[in-house]
Amino acid sequence: MRPNLRGMVKDSLAAAIVAALLAVPLLGFHLSGSAQGLTLDYRFGWVAIASLAVFCGRLALSLAGTAVGRSLRRRRQVVLPLSGRPSRIRPAVGWALVAVALLLPWTPLADRNLIDKATLLLIYIMLGWGLNIVVGLAGLLDLGYVAFYAVGAYCYALVSQQFGLSFWLCLPLAGALSASFGVLLGFPVLRLRGDYLAIVTLGFGEIVRVVLLNWQDVTNGPIGISGIARPTFFGLPLLASVPGRTTFHEFFGLPFSTDHRIYFLYYLILALALATNLFTLRIRRLPIGRAWEALREDETACRSLGIDPTKTKLSAFALGAMFAGFAGSFFATRQGFISPESFTFIESAIILAIVVLGGMGSQIGIVLAAVLLVGLPEWFRDLQQYRMLAFGGAMVVIMLWRPRGLLASREPTVRLAERPATLDAAGEVLP
Amino acid sequence: MDYLLQQLINGVTLGAVYGLIAIGYTMVYGIIGMINFAHGDIYMIGAFISLIGLLLVGVLGITYVPLALLLVLVLAVLFTAVYGWAVERLAYRPLRGSVKLAPLISAIGMSIVLQNYVQLAQGARVKPLQPIIRGGFDLSSANADYHVTLSYLQIIIVLLTVALMAGFTAVIKATPLGRAQRATEQDMTMASLLGIDVDRVISTTFVIGASLAAVAGLIVTLYYGVIDFYIGFVAGIKAFTAAVLGGIGSLPGAILGGLLIGLIEALWSGYFSIEYKDVAAFGVLVMVLIFRPTGLLGKPEIEKV
Repeated sequence: MRPNLRGMVKDSLAAAIVAALLAVPLLGFHLSGSAQGLTLDYRFGWVAIASLAVFCGRLALSLAGTAVGRSLRRRRQVVLPLSGRPSRIRPAVGWALVAVALLLPWTPLADRNLIDKATLLLIYIMLGWGLNIVVGLAGLLDLGYVAFYAVGAYCYALVSQQFGLSFWLCLPLAGALSASFGVLLGFPVLRLRGDYLAIVTLGFGEIVRVVLLNWQDVTNGPIGISGIARPTFFGLPLLASVPGRTTFHEFFGLPFSTDHRIYFLYYLILALALATNLFTLRIRRLPIGRAWEALREDETACRSLGIDPTKTKLSAFALGAMFAGFAGSFFATRQGFISPESFTFIESAIILAIVVLGGMGSQIGIVLAAVLLVGLPEWFRDLQQYRMLAFGGAMVVIMLWRPRGLLASREPTVRLAERPATLDAAGEVLP
Repeated sequence: MDYLLQQLINGVTLGAVYGLIAIGYTMVYGIIGMINFAHGDIYMIGAFISLIGLLLVGVLGITYVPLALLLVLVLAVLFTAVYGWAVERLAYRPLRGSVKLAPLISAIGMSIVLQNYVQLAQGARVKPLQPIIRGGFDLSSANADYHVTLSYLQIIIVLLTVALMAGFTAVIKATPLGRAQRATEQDMTMASLLGIDVDRVISTTFVIGASLAAVAGLIVTLYYGVIDFYIGFVAGIKAFTAAVLGGIGSLPGAILGGLLIGLIEALWSGYFSIEYKDVAAFGVLVMVLIFRPTGLLGKPEIEKV
């Protein structure tokens, strides 16, 4: 079909007019504040630029749309039969990623900066994998996941400061405490579904943050906790010198370098994240994992088949929260400083976005989404002020482009040997 | 007693604002079953446009206050409605009929975009405004040392909310648009088979929600006199809580929920601690949902396999 150029121009003009209407009040006028009050500046040039940009963008999109749309449809058809068969590619990609992650500090590319950023990225990947248990597997929408992360972080910070326990003792403690918070949240919301659940979990996250902010005696309020103990390499501190103790570099006879700690932290979070991943992959094959996925698909059917929704939901909340607790105590030990600032709703939103954009339930998809959403903006830190704008924009655009997530097709949990595999996966195939 | 009366007055005013925002959530949820996360930010944009409008009428030299306010109200409603419409068109309409979580994520993304857009365009600093409507009634009992005031602005806010509420209930009940909305709410496919332009109905819903949010934005700008780009988040959460509390999808429920949240907040701040007022609001929400999972005025859902 011949592209209808006239229609496209008309359409783009309409878009430009809407853009101008949008831009006039907020871009066209600028409130400049002074001690006496506010005054108005005018910047109508910006409005013109914005509408022109929208016009060109819209026109380019519609011109490209015809060609791109056709090629996209063709590609989809190639994907369809593949997604039904047991994929040999995906585990291979997974192992390759693990190998890359393991070898990264040894490549010539690696410097402190890169490893530090990779560590941050791995925290988000781990949180994504943890939340995936709740959202991806059990299908419970949790908008307050960051609360458990905060509980883990504060648990480690407080216990290590007050009782002098080491990171390795605090880690299970933080996990257990977060898990019990998960159960605590789980109880009242057992009867709720979907969006009611979302708002209560959101409220729970806010409650935890407000308590951290205002319970001055324990949490030190908005100032936060600083001087949190750094982790030790199996009892060897990673510091220049500690009186009365052998440090890491003395034990191994290496010259002291602060890099050791950065590299150690990187491997630590890599191990924690991989443990989360392994746990998820294995538990999907256990009865409890299957119960989660069944619950996600249909709660009423589950109930009538004798699955106890209470136990199933609570265990999902608890286990998801536990991994957030682990990640939280790692975060505390890495930063050495925590405050309620780090645990705002936006963090929950980022983690949920990673899970959904990754393609609910796909472990590799979560890695991909974390790299896209957290990793890339991290490299463009110079454009600080546009970073969040781009982040939000990316969330919308990726969702529009792939509503089911980047890696949409899920591996079937169970395969029956006697039937052709394509039939088993029929429900999982793309529309 | 006087103190309680003052807290009640403040609570009702605050509740009216929450109720106005909550209507936007509840209507959108009723029709397409999604949490419009960006709605709080639409309200924030409404507040900013109101503030700009207020300064603009000052520049234009309109000094007669009722006329100026009416003009600002119209401007704010119109431009905010365009924002509401554009957000739906850009971020939600392409995702209709997709997986349930997709529009939610898109909405969260949109909320981040709007917040940062306003921050970049208007600066991150708090914007102050001199009070425009001053004065009020003194309701204190004789020879009390605590003064209870009911300001004119508070009366206007409550009256405006009641009028809008009554107006929109009438629209939903009696007009062809309201009928189309209710039909779309019940069954989108069936409604479109019967010749209802579903897309248009949904767009109108967003426009109405955004207009009411703009009214709330203007009210808040006048009432508190300070706004910043972040006000949408907290107000949005509170308003959504109000919508859920009242039973999501129900218009009177939204107002009732808004009033309750406003009263709880005002009373809690007045008698216990101002820091934990959010905890109180969410606490009540959790309690209500435990005992009435569909909210106060919501209809129970029937679940089928």
